[in-house]
Amino acid sequence: MTGDPGDGRIVVVGASLAGLRAAEALREEGFTGSLTVVGDEPYPPYDRPPLSKQVLLGEAAADSTGLPMRRNPEAEWRLGVRATGLDPLRKRVTLADGESLPYDRLLIATGTRARPWRNPEEAALDGVFTLRTRDDGAALAERLAAGPQRVLVIGGGFTGSEIASACRERGLEVTVTERGPAPLVGALGGTLSKLAAAMQRNHGVDLRCGVTVTALRGDGGGRFVGADLSDGSRVEADVCVAALGAIRNVEWLADSGLAAGPRGISCDAGCRAFDMYGIVTDDVFVAGDVSRFPHPLFGYQMLSLEHWGNAVAQAAVAAHNMVSPGPLRRPHLAVPTFWSTQFGLNIKSVGVPTYSDHVVIAQGSLEARRLAMVYGYQGRVTAAVTVDMAKSLPYYQHLIETAAPFPPGSGAADRPLAAEIPIPSDVPDPKGLSHGPTVALTGYLPDRRLTVVHPTG
Amino acid sequence: MRIVVDLTRCQGYAQCVFLAPEVFRLHGEEGLLYAPAVPDEQLERVRQAAAACPVQAVLLGEEVNPGDR
Ligand SMILES: Cc1cc2nc3c(=O)[nH]c(=O)nc-3n(C[C@H](O)[C@H](O)[C@H](O)COP(=O)(O)OP(=O)(O)OC[C@H]3O[C@@H](n4cnc5c(N)ncnc54)[C@H](O)[C@@H]3O)c2cc1C
Ligand code: SF4
Repeated sequence: MTGDPGDGRIVVVGASLAGLRAAEALREEGFTGSLTVVGDEPYPPYDRPPLSKQVLLGEAAADSTGLPMRRNPEAEWRLGVRATGLDPLRKRVTLADGESLPYDRLLIATGTRARPWRNPEEAALDGVFTLRTRDDGAALAERLAAGPQRVLVIGGGFTGSEIASACRERGLEVTVTERGPAPLVGALGGTLSKLAAAMQRNHGVDLRCGVTVTALRGDGGGRFVGADLSDGSRVEADVCVAALGAIRNVEWLADSGLAAGPRGISCDAGCRAFDMYGIVTDDVFVAGDVSRFPHPLFGYQMLSLEHWGNAVAQAAVAAHNMVSPGPLRRPHLAVPTFWSTQFGLNIKSVGVPTYSDHVVIAQGSLEARRLAMVYGYQGRVTAAVTVDMAKSLPYYQHLIETAAPFPPGSGAADRPLAAEIPIPSDVPDPKGLSHGPTVALTGYLPDRRLTVVHPTG
Repeated sequence: MRIVVDLTRCQGYAQCVFLAPEVFRLHGEEGLLYAPAVPDEQLERVRQAAAACPVQAVLLGEEVNPGDR
């Protein structure tokens, strides 16, 4: 190995959004060495968000969402083969086909997978689906196109809500069950979840909150025919989608000595993985949904995000740091951002809505179904969610980045804020929800205020 | 050719919808949906749409071909 960080061997494990964007960025940053990208799916990197939107609406084929390259990363693509282990001492990744790939620096971007229905026999019934991969999307879209009598969606998180929305748009009957008090409550808190519930019902969704599914039923021939609910009722349906959240793909790292667990792989602000003793490595980097990283704007808590934009931003920082000597490395400080389109509404969020104690509607109103809600924690702005008001989002992002006082001043509002009393943000414990949170605060919560300093360059 | 729109950045200005209505459409007031695979005869329009997007949210490119490197 040479001492030049622009040369040598880099292996990327995970050939999806974060893996592709990191590979491109490595070349952009001048990396001239050998680059190998390993992915267990047989397909080149593709985009997942359309799978619950255009694909289920029948407007795009599941195999049409291949991600465009920003530039050709001139990588060797090892697709359809799983990484099964990591030896950080000998600096090798072992593959399912028995090969072992040597590396000088490694990027882990193995993302997440759908949490399956807990009973494997019931999950195997014909008509029961999850939605994470291109194959999942193709199979579910085909089933929806065939015109089922009723679709049961278990879990009222973002994915479950988008699936329900697509079903209604196709004219299909749909039942959504959510263990929590309302859909999206885990991500957006009490007030907006009431809007989400009203939207679902207005669009004809049979929404059942505060219940769990106790069993999925087959017809004896292995076909799904309905489900039993905890309130004693029964839903007859011929399609079921378990939208129960995600599981981090970390099992292959069990013997690696890295700090890899159910919340993801812990890394520092420079995307360098921690080992299980909390010692930071210097040759193993992490990016995307599988990572867990500290964020100064949110009390240095460790964040686990399932956000498209985070995968893109973190991949760029990881790639930069993989080929840069220490003092030139950058922190990953991007403010979390997320979008979802459902029931004709464009919901966007910036910051961490669950890191809040109070909220205030700064623009618009619930009645108008057009609003900007600002979230505060201990007197400063920590998040904002807009519904059909995306153009306001950069303004709120600025408030978050500058740790502006909460409730925000009148510059943020289109009516006098004095009349607006902040109300509790009412964020429930994720344990009481059907689906996992797409943003999780997983760390210690010190009471410190901080201003973010933007990286230059 | 494929497109992906960075919807965290997109602000629903709808210039793309105006320039390439066969590829981009608004879902409700400002939610953007698009066809990720661009048919050849739409390429020129999509190029214009990508150039016109005020926040540069539209990326047009080839998908990865694992065979070449
Ligand atoms: C249906 C759906 C809708 C979504 N909608 C939105 C949205 O509206 N807005 C938003 O912000 N985000 C959305 N997301 C989330 C977004 O798609 C993810 O944040 C993004 O895909 C993360 O990219 P990633 O590369 O980190 O991980 P992933 O995309 O999960 O990719 C990880 C890859 O690594 C592979 N892999 C795992 N283990 C191994 C191994 N041991 N060896 C080799 N390969 C391995 C996996 O198979 C996978 O291909 C959505 C996701 C889904 C599924
Ligand atoms: S032009 Fe750009 S900002 Fe406007 S809708 Fe299209 S992608 Fe979004």
